[in-house]
Amino acid sequence: MIANLGFGILLVTFFVALYSGVTAVLSNPKGLATIFRSLPGSEYLRALPGRLGRFFRITHDLANWLEKKEDPQRSASMAESARRAMLLTWPLLTLASLLLIYLLVNNHFEVQFVYEVTSRSMPTYLKVTAWWGGQAGSLLFWSWLMSAFASLVTLRKWDRDREFLPWVIFVSCFTLAFFVGMTVFFENPFKMFYQTSTGVEAYLIQPANSVLFTPEDGNGLNPLLRHPGMIIHPPMLYLGFVSYVIPFAFAIAALITGRTDDRWIRLTRRWSLWAWLFLTFGLVLGGRWAYDVLGWGGYWGWDPVEIAAFMPWLTGTAFLHSVMIQEKRGMLKTWNMLLIILTYDLVIFGTFLTRSGVLSSVHAFAQSAIGPLFFTYIAITLIASVALVIYRWGNLKAETEMHSLLSREALFLFNNLLFMSILVVCFWGVIYPLTSELFTGAKVTVGPAFYERANGPLFAGLMFLMGIAPLSAWGHSTFKTLGRAMWVPTVLAFIITAVIFAMYTRNVYAIIGFFLVAFVILITLYEYGRGAVARQKTHQENFFTAILNLTARDRRRYGGYIVHLSMMLMAIGILGIELFQMETQGTLEVNQQTSIGGYDVVYQDIARFTGPDGREVTRAVVGIYQNGEYLGTLHPRIDYYFDAQQAMTIPGQRATLKDDLYILLVSWEPASAVGATFKIYVNPLVNWLWLGSLLFLVGIVIAAMPDKDPERVMARAGKRTRQVSAAD
Amino acid sequence: MKINKFVIGGLLILGAVVFLIANATQGASQYFMTVDELKAEGPDVVDKNLRVSGAVLGDTIQYDLSTLTLTFEVAHVPADAPEIETEGGLAEALYQATIDPSRARMTVVYVGVKPDLLRHEAQAIVTGHLGADGIFYAEELLLKCPTRYEEAVPEQAGN
Repeated sequence: MIANLGFGILLVTFFVALYSGVTAVLSNPKGLATIFRSLPGSEYLRALPGRLGRFFRITHDLANWLEKKEDPQRSASMAESARRAMLLTWPLLTLASLLLIYLLVNNHFEVQFVYEVTSRSMPTYLKVTAWWGGQAGSLLFWSWLMSAFASLVTLRKWDRDREFLPWVIFVSCFTLAFFVGMTVFFENPFKMFYQTSTGVEAYLIQPANSVLFTPEDGNGLNPLLRHPGMIIHPPMLYLGFVSYVIPFAFAIAALITGRTDDRWIRLTRRWSLWAWLFLTFGLVLGGRWAYDVLGWGGYWGWDPVEIAAFMPWLTGTAFLHSVMIQEKRGMLKTWNMLLIILTYDLVIFGTFLTRSGVLSSVHAFAQSAIGPLFFTYIAITLIASVALVIYRWGNLKAETEMHSLLSREALFLFNNLLFMSILVVCFWGVIYPLTSELFTGAKVTVGPAFYERANGPLFAGLMFLMGIAPLSAWGHSTFKTLGRAMWVPTVLAFIITAVIFAMYTRNVYAIIGFFLVAFVILITLYEYGRGAVARQKTHQENFFTAILNLTARDRRRYGGYIVHLSMMLMAIGILGIELFQMETQGTLEVNQQTSIGGYDVVYQDIARFTGPDGREVTRAVVGIYQNGEYLGTLHPRIDYYFDAQQAMTIPGQRATLKDDLYILLVSWEPASAVGATFKIYVNPLVNWLWLGSLLFLVGIVIAAMPDKDPERVMARAGKRTRQVSAAD
Repeated sequence: MKINKFVIGGLLILGAVVFLIANATQGASQYFMTVDELKAEGPDVVDKNLRVSGAVLGDTIQYDLSTLTLTFEVAHVPADAPEIETEGGLAEALYQATIDPSRARMTVVYVGVKPDLLRHEAQAIVTGHLGADGIFYAEELLLKCPTRYEEAVPEQAGN
C-alpha cells in the first residue's frame, strides 16, 4: 500500500534526523559540556539538597568529563556521519511527498488527508497544491523545506567554519525531528479509514478485524482557497519561515562554540535576506488574496492568524537592520542574538497558528492535540537559547560605545525599538483576551481599531527614521550635518504636502502620512542622485550608467534604498484605502445606473450557467462610464460550489493608478423581478500597494544577489598569503 | 551623561508605547459575551462595544435586498473550550443549540453584504452593540462552519 509506504518513509526519516542530530552533538563533547554549563542557574541548583541537586551535580561532572573526551579524529568522522545522515533526509522526505501527491492526484479517498482536502471535481493542479491545503500536509511541506535548506547549507565549503558544522546540523535536525515527529505521530497525512465493528475511524496501521473504507468522494478544498494567490501564499510564507531557521542555527553554533564575533552574521546574511523576501512577499500575497476573494474590500484585518505571520516579520526586519551595526561597529551583539532567537520561536508559533483555516480564533487552536506540544517546544528552545546567551554574556560585550544620538547606530537602535514596540502592541492585542479574563474575569478583546491607533504613530516614527537614517554618519552626526544633507528634499516635501492640502484633502492623518512619504522618497532619491552625480564626475560616465554602476558597487546600500522606496509606495496605497475608501450599495434594475467616486455604473445583463467543475456561476455584466465616456465592462460574479455547499463572491475590478473600482454582486434571484444587488467600493491609490510590492522584489533581489564575494576574492588572494584568511 | 541621553530616549519611547497601548486598549475594547450573559446583564450593557457568539438559526435568516438589511436569530452556545468539549465539540454544541428551544436567543441586525458562510448551524461572531430594544446591531459579522471542513470521519453508508 502506498500510504503505508509513505508512513514507513516518514518514520525512517524521523530516526535519521534524530541520528544525525545526536551524532552531531556527540562529535563535539566540548560544545555539549557548554550546553550543560549554561543550564539556567545550574550553579545554585547544584547546591540544592536531595535528588534535584544531585541531577545538577551530575550534569556538572558530566560536563567536566566531556571536556576531557575531545578526540579530533573521531569528532571529524562523527560530524561527517551526521552530515551524511542529514543529507539523506531530503531525498526521503521528497519521496514521502511524492507519494502523498500521487495519492492526492489519484483520488485515494481511503486516505484521510486526501479525503479532507480534495474531491473528484478539483482540477489536477489544485490536487497537487492540496499538499499544503491541510494541517498534516503542510507540516510535511514544512519539514521538506527544512531538510532542503539544511542540506543546501551543509553542502557549502566549511573550511574556515568547521567548528560550526555540528551545531548547525544539530539545530536543523532538532527542528526537523520535531516537525517530522509531529507529522508521524500526531498529524500523519497517511492515515487511512478502516471499518471496524464500532464504526469508521482513521488508523495508521490496520486494526484487527477491519476492512479498508473508501468514501465515494472527498470534502474538497475550501473554495475560498482555490485562488492563485492562496496557492502560492502558504509556500511563500513557509519559505520565509524556514529560511530563518538557518541564521538561528548559526547563532546557536556561535554561542556554543564561543565564536561570538560577527562571522555567523556574515555567513547567514543572504539567508536572512531571502527569508525576509519570502516572508514579506507571502504577507503581501495573503493581503492580495483577501482583497480578491473575501469580498469586503480590504486586505488586512488584524486577525490573530495574520498577526502571527506579521510578528516574525517585525523581529526579522529589526534583525536585518541591527546586524549592520554589529558588522560596522561591533555593537548590539547580545541584542542580535536575542532577536534571531525571538524570530525563530515566533516562526514556530506562526507555523502553528497559520497552518490552516479561513476563519479561526485563538480558542480553536487550544483544542488541537498538537497545541501543547508546540508550546512545550517553544518554551524549551527559548529557555535553552537564552541560557546560552546569558552564559556568553561576557563575550558579547560591545566593542565601541554609542556617543551621539544622531549617529547612524543610534538611529538604527531607535528603529529597532520601534519595531519591538509594534511587536509588543501586536502581542498585547493577541494575549489581551487571555490576561483580562485571568485578572478581571471579563472576556475582553480588541479589534482592528486598537492596532491602528496604537501602531499608527509608531509606523509614522519608523517612516521618519527611514528618511533621516541613511543621511547620518556612523559614529557621530549633528543636526548641522544632517540639516545640510536634507534641507533641499525637506523643503520640496513641504511644498508637495501644501499642494495636497490645498487641492485634495484636509484630513490630518493623510497630511502627516503623505508628508512622510514625500519626505522619505525625496531624500532617498536625492541621496541616490547625489551619489550618481559624484560618480558621473569621477568616472566620466553618463547619468544612467552611473546609477547602474553605483548600485552594482554597493548592492546592499542601494538595494536597501529601493526597498525603502517600495515601502513608501505601499504606504501610499495603504493611506489611500484606509482613509479614503468610498462605498455604496443598492439594487439595480437592468439599465439602471448608480454613481460613486466619479464613476457611473450601469447594470446591463446577468446570466447563470454551470462551470466546468460543476460550480454554478452567476455572472453580471456591468458597464462603466466616466463623464459620459465609456470605459469598459466588469463582470462581478458569484460561484456556488455544490460539493462544498459554499458560494464565493468574486469582484469585478477596474484598476488604475488613481483608484480601484471594486464591484461585488451581492445577490440575484432569477424568479424575482427586483433586479440584482451590488455593493461597490472605490479604493483610491490601492494599486500603489501592489506596485510597491513588485518594486520591493527588485530591491531585495539587488541587495541579496551575491556581489563579488569577499570570501572568494579572499580565497584567490589567499593562495599567496595564507595567513590572511587564517588570521581572520 | 552620555548614558543618560540614551536612557532618557529609551524611557520616552517606552512611555509613549505604554500610553499608546493603554489609550488604544481603552478605546477599542470589546467585551466577549455569550447570549446568556447578555440576557442576564440586560440594560447594563446597552451601547457598550460587544462581541457575541451564537449558533445561527437558519429559518430566521431574512435579507431585505432593497436596504441590504440582514436579520437573523442566534441561540446561546457556551464560550469556554472545556464546556464546548463536554457538549461534544463545536459542531455538536452548535447543533444542540439550534434544536434546543429553551436556549436564550437574540435577534441580530446587520446592514451589508450577506456573507457566503451564513447558514443554519454556523457559528456567528457578531461585533456591535445591544440596542435598548434588545436587538443586537452588528457592525461586523464573522462566521465559522466547523461542521464541514473539520469533519475527520466521513458519514457511513447505511449504518
